[in-house]
Amino acid sequence: MSQSLATASYIGATILFILCLGGLSNQETARRGNLYGMIGMTIAVLATVFGPNVSASAYAWIITAMVIGANVGLYAARTVQMTQMPELVALMHSMVGLAAMFVGFANYIDPVAASHLTGTEKSIHEIEIYVGILIGAVTFSGSVVAFGKLSGKISGNPLLLPGRHWINLAGLLVVIFFGRMFLHADSVGEGMLSLLVMTVIALAFGVHMVMAIGGADMPVVVSMLNSYSGWAAAATGFMLSNDLLIVTGALVGSSGAILSYIMCAAMNRHFISVIAGGFGTTGGTPAAAGDGQPAGEVQPILAQETAELLLDAKNVIIIPGYGMAVAQAQHTVYEITRFLRDKGVNVRFGIHPVAGRMPGHMNVLLAEAKVPYDIVLEMDELNEDFPKTDVAMVIGANDIVNPGAQDDPSSPIAGMPVLEAWKAKTSIVMKRSMASGYAGVDNPLFYKENNRMLFGDAKKMLDEVLVAMKA
Amino acid sequence: MPLTIGVPKETADGEKRVATVPEVVEKLKKLGFAVLVESGAGDAATTSDDAYRAAGAEIVEGAAALWSGSDIIFKVRGPSEHEVGLLREGATLISFIWPAQNPDLLQQLADRKVTVLAIDALPRTLSRAQKMDALTSQAGVAGYRAVIEAANAFGRFFNGQITAAGKVQPAKVFIAGAGVAGLAAIGTAASLGAIVRANDTRAEVADQVVSLGGEFVKVDYEEEGSGGGGYAKVMSEGFQKAQREMYAKQARDADIIITTALIPGKPAPKLITAEMVQSMKAGSVIVDMAAEQGGNCELTEPGRVVVKHGVTIIGYTDLVSRLAKQSSTLYATNLFRLTEELCKTKDGIIDVNMDDEAIRGLTVVKEGAITWPPPAPKLSAAPAKPAAAKAAPPAAAKSHGHGAASAPSPAKKAAVVFGVAALFFWFIGAGAPAAFLNHFTVFVLACFVGYMVVWNVKPALHTPLMSVTNAISSIIAIGALVQIAPPMEAISLDRPDGWIRVLAIIAMILATINMFGGFAVTQRMLAMFRK
Repeated sequence: MSQSLATASYIGATILFILCLGGLSNQETARRGNLYGMIGMTIAVLATVFGPNVSASAYAWIITAMVIGANVGLYAARTVQMTQMPELVALMHSMVGLAAMFVGFANYIDPVAASHLTGTEKSIHEIEIYVGILIGAVTFSGSVVAFGKLSGKISGNPLLLPGRHWINLAGLLVVIFFGRMFLHADSVGEGMLSLLVMTVIALAFGVHMVMAIGGADMPVVVSMLNSYSGWAAAATGFMLSNDLLIVTGALVGSSGAILSYIMCAAMNRHFISVIAGGFGTTGGTPAAAGDGQPAGEVQPILAQETAELLLDAKNVIIIPGYGMAVAQAQHTVYEITRFLRDKGVNVRFGIHPVAGRMPGHMNVLLAEAKVPYDIVLEMDELNEDFPKTDVAMVIGANDIVNPGAQDDPSSPIAGMPVLEAWKAKTSIVMKRSMASGYAGVDNPLFYKENNRMLFGDAKKMLDEVLVAMKA
Repeated sequence: MPLTIGVPKETADGEKRVATVPEVVEKLKKLGFAVLVESGAGDAATTSDDAYRAAGAEIVEGAAALWSGSDIIFKVRGPSEHEVGLLREGATLISFIWPAQNPDLLQQLADRKVTVLAIDALPRTLSRAQKMDALTSQAGVAGYRAVIEAANAFGRFFNGQITAAGKVQPAKVFIAGAGVAGLAAIGTAASLGAIVRANDTRAEVADQVVSLGGEFVKVDYEEEGSGGGGYAKVMSEGFQKAQREMYAKQARDADIIITTALIPGKPAPKLITAEMVQSMKAGSVIVDMAAEQGGNCELTEPGRVVVKHGVTIIGYTDLVSRLAKQSSTLYATNLFRLTEELCKTKDGIIDVNMDDEAIRGLTVVKEGAITWPPPAPKLSAAPAKPAAAKAAPPAAAKSHGHGAASAPSPAKKAAVVFGVAALFFWFIGAGAPAAFLNHFTVFVLACFVGYMVVWNVKPALHTPLMSVTNAISSIIAIGALVQIAPPMEAISLDRPDGWIRVLAIIAMILATINMFGGFAVTQRMLAMFRK
């Protein structure tokens, strides 16, 4: 295959990737979009393999590598639980990061790559390698830590080293210093030292950055790492002068950046402050017990009474949160939904943009439980309906239904858009205990007159509710 | 100490309604109030003193005793001068007031140091206020009655029939104004079997007209006529001309015209001219529901039925009173709903909470101080917000996507971003070689394409979006592919082949895991989404 034909194939692949992302604009076209993505990827790989830059002696290696990778990937995709999606996605980001690192190193030690470059072009090429490895390393270590946090292998609490901003700044200065050294290196061996030092610092920075971020900010982190993996691919594209890599990397990078932006907007937080880590830490201890603290009695309720309330209702809105994912309660939720809908109760789901641990997490879980997507609505679509709602059921969510975000300007989550569950005639909050949410903020909703608390594991309690309803 | 609600007999001429009915008395008592009813108050609405007594109300002889013994007065019509004099200091009056039209009455009430809730001043756009909306409930009654009056005066059937005695054409009814009264009239006339057409300056009511069995007649002129608070506004000259033509055409065709057009605080618009009446078929009927405000028809005589050019023109101003039992029941329920809002504690004490938007709107006099007109209703800021949010990302994208979380930026901030971007591009353009610039162009354009495409993605699909972008980012495999074994002639002697190959193959495996895993898991997820 000639160079021109390969380039033409790349253009086709690029268009297919754009169509792939465009297809995700709604559920009907999404599957076709994914198909476009697969076709695009196939074309890109084939055009490269049979293109002018790969010789026949590499085929055996390529096939072996691809068979191994394909088996591992397909196995993971088949066995992953939908509640583990955030972990899987984080883990996959780490692989892109690591791959970008390796490609960067391989490119640097390959004398052919830079043989025809001189002067400015050579410097730019070296900067591209340096930056590509940097982004790849940060993506890799950050994603690994994010994976650990999401899967519970590492504590979800933010780890806040003293003077952490200074540590980061120092790291950045060292990276820049070694970048200079790297550019002025005479031999590959000499440059390699700078490159390795930088890689170690970048890895440490990735770890440190994600360690400092709390559990509730995970959606931002996951989408940010998504973005980074794209930029890593784009940087690799610059390094290899490959436009397909650049375009695809840029697509993925901007997609992740937009997601991060949406997530930040949904929490009314500034991107920088999320990345800087910690929650509410600027004002001393999180949510210091002060004036704004709601006090009063919560009113517990039993599964039996919950069932009665639901059966008497005409309009029900269910607000799922991370707790539902943890308890794997989505199937029981759907059973209850179906039972109520058969009885003519209008049951809908209200999804907060940051519910769960990654963007759209709740939608995927509910889809897995076969909840039809036209009753799963976004916050803005149904927030005005709460006054007309008889029962708002909050399952394992906390901060996203906190009225303090609207009423209490001193609250750490003030200004964050929330689902107005308290405006329903009755709200039921399912929680394991009275512990506060990730933001560490007490929730005045629990103490409202029209609120009831259903304590216990979400799955177990919902099972009891279902039994009581059918009785 | 629970308060006492007093319901006097209405004194206005021809007013047959009463402000509460026995069913509602019971509910008021449950809220903790004592209820006094003036003897004979319900007579005109065919509700006897005994019925009130049975429901738990105390019957009081004479207006003076009732007014002096009540803390809260429920009334239909605004009080007369004499009645204002009877009000106890500190009492609360709930009735129709029309504060805009009756500034003197308002002043007199304020001088009595009372609190007055004008049921007509309810902010109608609040959905919560609908249950208290007496204007709507009374207008509905009037609309129904208007059709009944028309049927009474009309010499023919409403519905078309094919009888042994021959075929009967259905009556054609045209209704001007599809407000609450107009809609009630449409529904009533349609259920009697007439062909109903209706018009309104507010285009959005067309669906409601159709839903009640009417046909919406459009004025052939583009202008939107929604005023505030569910009323229409005054229209332009050009529109009015087109409207007149349409009315003239309808007048020639229709058997019955019912007009309901009102503009708040203004005389009713003259929609039906003398010539139009002349052009109507003999025996036709016009019911002018706006008679009290001067009438929509030039020949209307308020309060009377006249026959002009063979057309019966009904100008009753008491249509609601002509259905006194029904209108009283609805009005009483409206007042009960309002009382519920005032007395959330259910202990017979009312709290005129001026922070409540509905109650704030209703309250025209608070403890002797005139509080009318209320401040403009709070407009929801919702429509403005998304626009602001949308405005920010472009600036963010220009700063290369990384800073995408910047808060919605005003123009100043955008200018700074533009400035920085311009400097940055100038720097790149000045320093970088051509080959790099080509790639850079592609990169920037791709960022924009990604930006445009991804904003369209539904939030529900954000997880599949992440997993598919993740799969796509395994395009990095290409970087590994070209390094495993480039064509021989390109390889120089000192190339560390082994090292490169190991690195490239590991990268290849990692990228392939991602590639296959990402697409497969996306497929699996998407297959789950179903309607």
